[in-house]
Amino acid sequence: MNALASVGSYRTLYGPDDAPTPHITVRGLSKTFQGVVIYDNFNLDIPRGRFTSVFGPNGCGKSTLINLIAGLIPVDKGEVLFGGKTLAQTRIGYVFQNYREALFPWMTAFANVEYALTLRKVPAKQAKERVNALVERLGVKIDLTRYPYEMSGGQQQLVSIMRALVVEPEVLFLDEPFSALDYEMTLFMRDQLQRVFEETGTTMVLVSHDLEEAVYLADYVLLLSRRPAKIADFPLVPMARPRHPSTLSDPDFVELKGRCLETFQREVRKS
Amino acid sequence: MNRIVRFASSDRLLPLVGVFGLIAIWYIGYWSRIVDPVLLPPPHAALKALWNGFTGGRLLYDFWQTVIRTFAATAVAGIIAIPLGIVLGSSERIYRSVEFVVDFFRSTPASALFPLFLVIFGVGNATKIYVASFGAALVILFNVAYGVMNARKTRILAARVMGASRWRVMKDVILMESLPQTFVGLRNGVSLALVIVVVAEMFIGSVDGLGFRVFEAQQLFDMPDMYAAIFAAGALGYGLNILFLMIEKSFVHWSGK
Ligand SMILES: Nc1ncnc2c1ncn2[C@@H]1O[C@H](COP(=O)(O)OP(=O)(O)O)[C@@H](O)[C@H]1O
Ligand SMILES: [Mg+2]
Repeated sequence: MNALASVGSYRTLYGPDDAPTPHITVRGLSKTFQGVVIYDNFNLDIPRGRFTSVFGPNGCGKSTLINLIAGLIPVDKGEVLFGGKTLAQTRIGYVFQNYREALFPWMTAFANVEYALTLRKVPAKQAKERVNALVERLGVKIDLTRYPYEMSGGQQQLVSIMRALVVEPEVLFLDEPFSALDYEMTLFMRDQLQRVFEETGTTMVLVSHDLEEAVYLADYVLLLSRRPAKIADFPLVPMARPRHPSTLSDPDFVELKGRCLETFQREVRKS
Repeated sequence: MNRIVRFASSDRLLPLVGVFGLIAIWYIGYWSRIVDPVLLPPPHAALKALWNGFTGGRLLYDFWQTVIRTFAATAVAGIIAIPLGIVLGSSERIYRSVEFVVDFFRSTPASALFPLFLVIFGVGNATKIYVASFGAALVILFNVAYGVMNARKTRILAARVMGASRWRVMKDVILMESLPQTFVGLRNGVSLALVIVVVAEMFIGSVDGLGFRVFEAQQLFDMPDMYAAIFAAGALGYGLNILFLMIEKSFVHWSGK
């Protein structure tokens, strides 16, 4: 199924989304793990400057998809382009689920964020200024002179997100970034992320195992089927931003979430 | 509250119970003559010999000789084994191909190699250092390689996705990741080096060192001196372990967190 075609059908259903252009184009993607086919000739367009959530059955290949796109694992076949550019020509950010194992514990939080710029050959003085500017812009109120292991989980994940954002990535990938946090912190972090998105307009791709979260944050929800993964649906989420906890009880939101859940259950029951 | 404080402070003193217990048993053994008094002098005699040995006696000199040899052996071992361990650990194939050899010699008692080292290096000071280096190097090698191999996959990926080159991933991530295990290796290495140095000082035509002191005191039947040298060796081993733990703590503050 063509991704944008399904986007289009929802556009007429929910009203126009000022016509997003595709940012990431995935063509003919195939990936097999030890004989298990995860993707077979998979096509996808991810819209530019929009927040896309990826949702689907456990083990269907959500992480694999963004890892293939971000180049963390090699594709067997297929092509991924970012506005026509290759991965090597594109600045991307990636936020891992396991912040404990993704941050560098031998560096302070500040140095962790700064390191991303060091790798991009930004001179030290400028790098420090850019980190400070980002802290300012996001209104981050944590002591960045501490080491990651001295921080709470939410603070560590916020540092991870800052590390990914400081290079001003064209695309930001997040793989279940909040699933290791407690519920209160998760709610707080969702709104932090929403603010960052509104603030920067970066193309974001979030993998989530929580349908409510996926819909709440997204402009588009990519629903994947069971392996080998296909696009089961790719609806537009037309709710206005910023979204508030009250959005969760908005009838449109509830209806859309219900549709997604139906699709999901249909896909899970298929075998 | 008071009770808690009292319990906490008494807990800190618990290790002393063992010390006093040991001294008490020693005195009982001495006074009851269960053990021949020539073989078991009273604790205060051993303590006096220890004091005299360290204040003007020869024991201090022997102590330093052993310290210098142990540090030299550990340094040589580290200089050779750390780079080698990094190479081994960063290639699964290289590691698999030498794993058995490393494991075999790591399991070989270093003392069995004394004659070989004597033939190669002669009876000088160097032999003692090299044979201890050999033992320590294998321990360090194993730990460094292990540390490199077990670098967190996620951290390597995180660096790569930020655009780090292979070299930077190696230098900035894998090397740092292996540091805690490297320090474990160094700590075990220095302990082993001390064991080997002391044994070498006993048997390989020595004229100084704690091993020599213990051996000579025994030959002369100077039991207080012998116990004094044994305690000096014990204190050295214990002190080295604490020293390396402290270096480890300040160098790899993130270890185990
Ligand atoms: N490196 C790997 N080697 C072998 N199998 C893998 C690997 N990574 C993922 N898989 C398998 O591929 C499937 C999809 O994994 P993943 O993308 O992590 O699922 P999820 O949708 O839950 O994120 C799972 O069945 C998983 O076991
Ligand atoms: Mg996953």
